[in-house]
Amino acid sequence: MPDYETHEHDVLVVGAGGAGLRAAIEASANGVSVGLVCKSLLGKAHTVMAEGGIAAALANVDDRDSWKVHFADTMRGGQYVNNWRMAELHAKEAPDRVRELESWGAVFDRTSDGRILQRNFGGHRYPRLAHVGDRTGLEMIRTLQDHGIHQGIDVHMECTILRLLKDGDRVAGAFGYERERGRFKLFRAKAIVLATGGIGRAYKITSNSWEYTGDGHTLAYDAGADLLDMEFVQFHPTGMVWPPSVRGILVTEGVRGEGGVLKNSEGRRFMFDDIPENYRGQTADNEEEGWRYTQGDKSSRRPPELLTRDHVSRCIMREVKAGRGSPHGGVFLDISWIKARVPNGAEHIKKKLPSMYHQFKQLADLDITEEPMEVGPTTHYVMGGVRVDGDTQMSTVPGLFAAGECAAGINGANRLGGNSLSDLLVFGKRAGEFAAKYAKSQPTGRINPEQVSDTARAALEPFDRGTAGEGPYQVQYALQEVMQDLVGIVRKESEMYRALDQLQELRARSSHVGVGGHREYNPGWHAALDLHNLLTVSEAVTRCAIERKESRGGHFRDDYPEKDKACGTFNLIARKGRDARMEVTREPIPEMPLELKQIIEEMK
Amino acid sequence: MTTATFRIWRGDAHGGDFRDYAAEVSEGMVVLDAVHQIQAQQAGDLAVRWNCKAGKCGSCSAEVNGNPRLMCMTRLNQLDLSTPVTIEPMRAFPSIRDLVTDVSWNFRAKKTIRKFRPRPAEADGTWRMAQVDAERVQEFRKCIECFLCQDVCHVLRDHHMFEEFVGPRHMVFTAALEMNPLDKDRRARDLKHAHGIGYCNITKCCTKVCPEGITITDNAIIPLKERVIDQLYDPIAKVFRVLRGGRHV
Repeated sequence: MPDYETHEHDVLVVGAGGAGLRAAIEASANGVSVGLVCKSLLGKAHTVMAEGGIAAALANVDDRDSWKVHFADTMRGGQYVNNWRMAELHAKEAPDRVRELESWGAVFDRTSDGRILQRNFGGHRYPRLAHVGDRTGLEMIRTLQDHGIHQGIDVHMECTILRLLKDGDRVAGAFGYERERGRFKLFRAKAIVLATGGIGRAYKITSNSWEYTGDGHTLAYDAGADLLDMEFVQFHPTGMVWPPSVRGILVTEGVRGEGGVLKNSEGRRFMFDDIPENYRGQTADNEEEGWRYTQGDKSSRRPPELLTRDHVSRCIMREVKAGRGSPHGGVFLDISWIKARVPNGAEHIKKKLPSMYHQFKQLADLDITEEPMEVGPTTHYVMGGVRVDGDTQMSTVPGLFAAGECAAGINGANRLGGNSLSDLLVFGKRAGEFAAKYAKSQPTGRINPEQVSDTARAALEPFDRGTAGEGPYQVQYALQEVMQDLVGIVRKESEMYRALDQLQELRARSSHVGVGGHREYNPGWHAALDLHNLLTVSEAVTRCAIERKESRGGHFRDDYPEKDKACGTFNLIARKGRDARMEVTREPIPEMPLELKQIIEEMK
Repeated sequence: MTTATFRIWRGDAHGGDFRDYAAEVSEGMVVLDAVHQIQAQQAGDLAVRWNCKAGKCGSCSAEVNGNPRLMCMTRLNQLDLSTPVTIEPMRAFPSIRDLVTDVSWNFRAKKTIRKFRPRPAEADGTWRMAQVDAERVQEFRKCIECFLCQDVCHVLRDHHMFEEFVGPRHMVFTAALEMNPLDKDRRARDLKHAHGIGYCNITKCCTKVCPEGITITDNAIIPLKERVIDQLYDPIAKVFRVLRGGRHV
């Protein structure tokens, strides 16, 4: 038997970003013992990167807003393949979750009468995003962290889970290792919540941190859970493109919300050239109206720069391909022009977008109050993830829950900006609550020692091969190239089949990867262990993308460029088959209740 | 493409030394890029902590040419590349391995600070707050917990008074709570006794290194010192307290 330390919790939460922290707080408040596993240090998770805000129909800025409008916006943005129950719960509960954050110490920007201020964002009909400048994610994670540390939660920092352990059909624990000493840890738990975030590191150009390697997706898949909608990956339209070392770093949609405009090399605002039919009624048809909208004029419609992210990304790609791009292969995003419209413009920009100012000044030697930025699409978010029950967040494996980015459903084919932070809060809370309830109703499961020893042995294999084996980073880079080139923003069947072949070759290479040194804080070893997860989610994205023969939301097929009504009736599921091969099946979307249908009709 | 030498500290709690690595330098590169390149090509086990690579998470703190910096926000074109660039871990904290230090003390210290306790909400269940009041606190809440201010604080770095003084980061944290318009707790006693605010002699080293530009000393620590004096050293208030038989602080 391998050497390991054992911890016992009623509920184990894997991942300590917004969803994981919120789940841990809720489970703990429900009177069970909680362990919280963080891949990094507490408070460093990817949630800190979120900039724009938390979408919630507080109606503080525009009293026409309500959960119904938010629900309809979310469904429209997701092209109606969302889990409508999740979209409904999300829209209804987000305002309470935001107010709760304030009661835990978050300090949001204010309206003139002292309430929480809300800003415009793509796809949201009214100003809806509660925010703190452009560092809302930091505010959120810090608030949850500072509240959470007083709730009696056991925090396991810099710890990575390698496998979920099962007792028959249900989960019984998890096995992983801590980075500092490289020692194994066994967690016994009656219920487990996955909150591990996304898969962005499967792509070369991404706004995601090194942690985003699809861990939760893969842990769930390997444990027999269903993955849903994996073909829907969001490419955020505005990432930095220059200099090369910062390529992919996010430029918040808030820039456009504050009046920033997209232009091509000819100086044209190309977003006016292509406004999708279903958004035409609510999109400005001239620059003046768009500007008025960003400045809070309720009678104006939003500028086309604030159309959904999937659409804006494709328009940018079109301009670049047509040779109208910026010098480094992007387009121009200009906020400096608003100096002509607002008094003390440079200061205004710095105040509204402090971290963007800082980021460009420090990393690109560029003053955004003086010059336009160069931006282009960057892999940002995965709508797909673990298939869960809308109310409880339990997966198809008893006792296994998922929340946040690693769960699927709320966003459908495309996520609206701001809906992620609210998703983390709403469904983090629900997952924590129902995981606690489940844990209370169950005895502790039995740990299968064979599962433990197999996992430990496999984890140590890279050391046996030592530096004679191939380096893990080389395999990771090759995988990122494959996904970027062949399963990126614009997809084609032949290319995706090529990607599958290459992923298979990379799978073989990954089993020959070796690392040198010892187990203590060894990043090479960690990179080697991440490969299995990256390969698994990459395969799931590719297989589902092949199967969805249409274009919808984040999924665009060059060979099927139109949306197909028939494809709007199902979701795709990736599941481990009996022979351990990945199977992709269609799952019909359940019929929406009449009252929700009516809301969508009313809001059209 | 030019090449530069990076002199990186390799070692652990038992000791270590600097080792030189050559790395190719391209336009716009930051120190963390060079470390990653070395890690990928020459030293797979070179330990470094990082996450966002955009100056938002505060993970990649180190001392670059002796200056406490975030590696992800330190561009190579700001450094003299004709001589080796030294990269070493934060020296105020115990070493784990290479550039990674044990910062767990910070998490323990934070837990000793009394948590946010809001005043009752208004009738509609929410609070009102003026933007100007929010902004005063928001400056402190920009903190990304990189702990560079702790690294340069001489009370911690040179005098190792980790038991007596919580350091500038936690002064900023306390200031954010104390100045939150909704908070109604009082932390002056803790500041004076448990958290050692008196040890800070306002040399402002922390302010100088803060990557978020928080005016730590002037805006956080000095006002907190004033609060301690107001609440605990006011002679007239003391007389009143004695007369009323109130509690001694």
